[in-house]
Amino acid sequence: MQEKLTALRDAALGELQIADSAKSVEELRVKYLGKKGELTAILKQMGGLSAEERPVIGALANTVRSEIENAIAARSAEVDAIELEHRLKAERIDVTLPGKTPRVGHKHPMSIVLDEAKDIFISMGFTVAEGPEVELSVYDFDKLNIPPNHTVREWSDTFYVAEDESVHLRCQTSPVQVRVMEKQSPPIRIISPGRVYRKDEVDATHSPMFHQIEGLVVDRGITLGDLKGTLNALVGKLYGTGTKTRFRPHHFPFTEPSCEVDVECFVCGGKGCRVCKGEGWIELLGSGMVHPKVLAGVGIDPDEYSGFAFGIGVERMTMLRFGIDDMRLLFENDTRFLSQF
Amino acid sequence: MDLSRKWLAEYAEISADSKAYADRMTLSGSKVELTRELGDEIRNVVIGRVVSIERHPDSDHLWVCQVDVGQPEPVQIVTGAQNVREGDIVPAALHKSLLPDGKKIERGKLRGVKSEGMLCSLSELNLDTHDFPDAIDDGILIFTETDGVSVGDDVRTVIGADDSIVEFEITNNRPDCLSVIGLARETAATFGVPLKLHTPQVRGGAGEIRDNLAIEVRSPELCPRYTAKMVKNIKIAPSPKWLRQRLRASGVRPINNIVDITNYVMLEYGQPMHAFDYACLGGGKIVVRTAFDGETMNTLDGTPRALTPDMLVIADAEKAVGVAGVMGGENSEITENTQFAVFESANFDGVSIRKTASALGMRTDASGRFEKGLDPENTLPAVLRACELVEQLGAGEVLDGVIDIRASAFVPTTLKLQPERINALLGTDVPREFMVKTLEALDFTVDADDTVTVPSWRGDIEHYSDLAEEVARFYGYNEITPTLFDVNAAVGGFTARQTAEREAGRILRGLGYSEIYTYSFIGTADYDKIGMAQDAPERDSVTILNPLGENRAIMRTTPLPSMLDTLARNRGARNDDVRLYELAKIYCPTGDILPDERVIVTLGAYGDCDFYTVKGAIEAFLSAFRVPNPVFFVGTALPSFHTGRFAYIYSDTLDNGGKPIGLIGQIHPSVAREYDLPDCYAAEIDLADMLDAGAPEPKYAQLPRFPSVTRDIAVVCGEELSAAEIIGCVTRAGGKLLRGCKLFDVYVGAQVPQGKKSLALALEFRDDDRTLTDEEADNAVAAILAALDSEYGAGRR
Repeated sequence: MQEKLTALRDAALGELQIADSAKSVEELRVKYLGKKGELTAILKQMGGLSAEERPVIGALANTVRSEIENAIAARSAEVDAIELEHRLKAERIDVTLPGKTPRVGHKHPMSIVLDEAKDIFISMGFTVAEGPEVELSVYDFDKLNIPPNHTVREWSDTFYVAEDESVHLRCQTSPVQVRVMEKQSPPIRIISPGRVYRKDEVDATHSPMFHQIEGLVVDRGITLGDLKGTLNALVGKLYGTGTKTRFRPHHFPFTEPSCEVDVECFVCGGKGCRVCKGEGWIELLGSGMVHPKVLAGVGIDPDEYSGFAFGIGVERMTMLRFGIDDMRLLFENDTRFLSQF
Repeated sequence: MDLSRKWLAEYAEISADSKAYADRMTLSGSKVELTRELGDEIRNVVIGRVVSIERHPDSDHLWVCQVDVGQPEPVQIVTGAQNVREGDIVPAALHKSLLPDGKKIERGKLRGVKSEGMLCSLSELNLDTHDFPDAIDDGILIFTETDGVSVGDDVRTVIGADDSIVEFEITNNRPDCLSVIGLARETAATFGVPLKLHTPQVRGGAGEIRDNLAIEVRSPELCPRYTAKMVKNIKIAPSPKWLRQRLRASGVRPINNIVDITNYVMLEYGQPMHAFDYACLGGGKIVVRTAFDGETMNTLDGTPRALTPDMLVIADAEKAVGVAGVMGGENSEITENTQFAVFESANFDGVSIRKTASALGMRTDASGRFEKGLDPENTLPAVLRACELVEQLGAGEVLDGVIDIRASAFVPTTLKLQPERINALLGTDVPREFMVKTLEALDFTVDADDTVTVPSWRGDIEHYSDLAEEVARFYGYNEITPTLFDVNAAVGGFTARQTAEREAGRILRGLGYSEIYTYSFIGTADYDKIGMAQDAPERDSVTILNPLGENRAIMRTTPLPSMLDTLARNRGARNDDVRLYELAKIYCPTGDILPDERVIVTLGAYGDCDFYTVKGAIEAFLSAFRVPNPVFFVGTALPSFHTGRFAYIYSDTLDNGGKPIGLIGQIHPSVAREYDLPDCYAAEIDLADMLDAGAPEPKYAQLPRFPSVTRDIAVVCGEELSAAEIIGCVTRAGGKLLRGCKLFDVYVGAQVPQGKKSLALALEFRDDDRTLTDEEADNAVAAILAALDSEYGAGRR
């Protein structure tokens, strides 16, 4: 019996060595270790053994069983690995074929710039105020200290909705300043982005509808220095820290002193080129200290409070930012254009 | 305002080159747009004398000239002009010269004869007979003795091209800077040099004005000051060269001495002037009054003008002879025969002038100045300057006396200097002395007690902040230290609504739609184009009274035309498979003064998509905003949409208080054809309505602890029934155990009877407290089938 067991073991281990699939390994397990298998068949003959032989043969049988079991487990793992290898080979794909891309839409370049500017101001403690586009002239003109003879009131400049000039399409976002100051007392810190309208024919640099971001800060002790600091911070974040700015005296009826802000041309670095028309500077925005008359007009004491305001053209910022040379592209919405952003 | 540097030099002497001048003036508040060097356009053109002239050997029209150009030897120049004679003084463009039209002249041969250059005509030097009245248009410019030229001179000095023209952008508040003197004052203050003002000297002696003229100002509120002088024995002639060149350099065409003087004084003093032919003034009278109802007159440009009673006119005893501050009348203009003239130097109300000019559709140089509000103190010096020039030019004899009618005496504005306050506003530490020096340089006076007296031409200075600007612009805006206010003093942030708007864009882009920006204004034809009914309430739109065109004349009450236009433009550009969204306003009249401006989310698509593609996007979008149970109501389609492929979107069922939040559909094929579009789809969601309908922030609900049981059923029902009806019935009949009902197939065909369809539904049953038995699920299915049968006659397939 001892010989039979060792022969069985040798045969089983030998056959396992050449089993090359999970299936043939399983067949060998059934053949040798199954209920009707060869080891069982041998063990069934144990009854004929002497009491002395039985434990010896029994122990040998257990050893043989575990050896075969271990061999099966080992071979099984090897065969699985081989099979997996074959499968992976068979399943090879061309990873350079195009992916199944879910379509993702594009953000309009003006929204990119608008959102960025909003985030910058939010981080500086501003909130976003909104106001109507079809606006009362009293908010867009009178309360902004725009004199009755100002050219902006011309019918050739502003789109009127009421014959008596009391309602028009706002030509700036500044009326929102007035609306906010009428409702809120200082400290005030708002921006107000939105659509504005001026009677300009459409061309590469003009559009009868465009976008501005208005800004307003009113508090005790606000200075022109603060205005410069704030706008420098904006320019730094939009166009890179260290971008040079230049503040030029200008005139707006609702600010005094007023200034326009230029940034050093980022195409030529101030040397003068086509983009900056040889000036080395690019006009970016208008700003100034809120006119005392405007403050007084909304019930804020100009002797106690001061403030600054600014207005930025979004189209201009967008065109500069992305090198867009024709404003019409922004409103044509050709997907070949939109998909670039 | 175009400023001649040569003219400027009479008032302020500075040595800065063009670039430095432009930079410093810009930074002190007088923005220089550009500087034109007149001489840059002309090079190597000199004055020459024709020494001899003979016919070209091989031509019957060319002449060969020997021209002395100040070089050791005369140069030979061939010309085709027929007006050149021996001894003539002419402009000669030499080898390698440049002319104003960009033409380059080089030596060459004409019909075999060498030519070292070209003799020039007026037009070749960009001049006309107004510049050289003795010359002819058609031929070489022949200088006369009065031109005072010498052989070899650079032609630029002769024609006044040795000048730089500085183009300033003058802001509305500074009409005083629309003059040589105003800009000279700014220049002097900027460069720290003295301003050399000139006081006009008039001899007079030709009689007394009051013996000839009476003036009555009937509308003093519209004419605060009217000043007049008279000139007789006028000899109309061309102005002298220096004056013509000054006008030319300033962009004004010379006419004759009297007209040129009025223009010259306007440029120099900033005070518009007008000259009337006295012989045409009926009754020897000037009346400043508003026009009569129905009054008409022809202005200088020969155009008949219908006047209205709110317009100020200058009249004589009988008739209007000029539209005040805008343009003179044809009936009293200065002509070759004028001998006796009235110089008007007046001050008019800016608003009135603006309205009149605008109503008559003629903005003139004068009206553009008056409407900004001019200095009433300037009328007298200006008219005296004009008279001085008349005498200087020998153009006539000036009468003694001046008629000067003013509504009220001038009271100068006074302010307190308040140096600390100015520094507090600027965030600076500018010494008081600097402030005083700056203001004095601008002709303000500052008393020892810091009372500032504002000069009459600075009507823009009313407040300490105005003084702060004067100080700042000469101190230098760029010298002010940038500071930051206390950023932490307030918490910034978006409102929920603003966050939602941004989120909406993000979701739609994630769903494959790209953002567009379109104009808020459209035309009524756009309503027709989208098939809107003639009596639709949406046609009631905010109307722009002065639109840029009929296609931009109303504020849109629907975003659809803009979207369809954009789709069409993309289709035209052969962009296939397009998905777009816009997040923008419509403007709905409400009966109040201002319309209701509502933000609408608009989707548009064509290409590889159908109704359900867009509906799926809308469903995903609404679900992201927690609209709990949006319902797509089949209703009468709006005319823009396919009658069978349209739904109103409600936030929920009507029973649950659902509200309309939008609509969706395929664009009606006829509308699509109007836009040259293929099948296309659109949806609109009212952002505020949708946000209102959104469920509040959810609270966590426990995950199911017991498994659900699923049953698939196929229901055969009438083809006309909507899936929503069947699902509604299933949901009601399923009771509380039914947790889900998903439609996964619709079949119409041979396997079901004619006129029927089969809907395959996946039902999910679950109880929160125990595991359901198969029997319970089967009973629930049976109840559902029973309800389907009784309500819709629908049975299991």
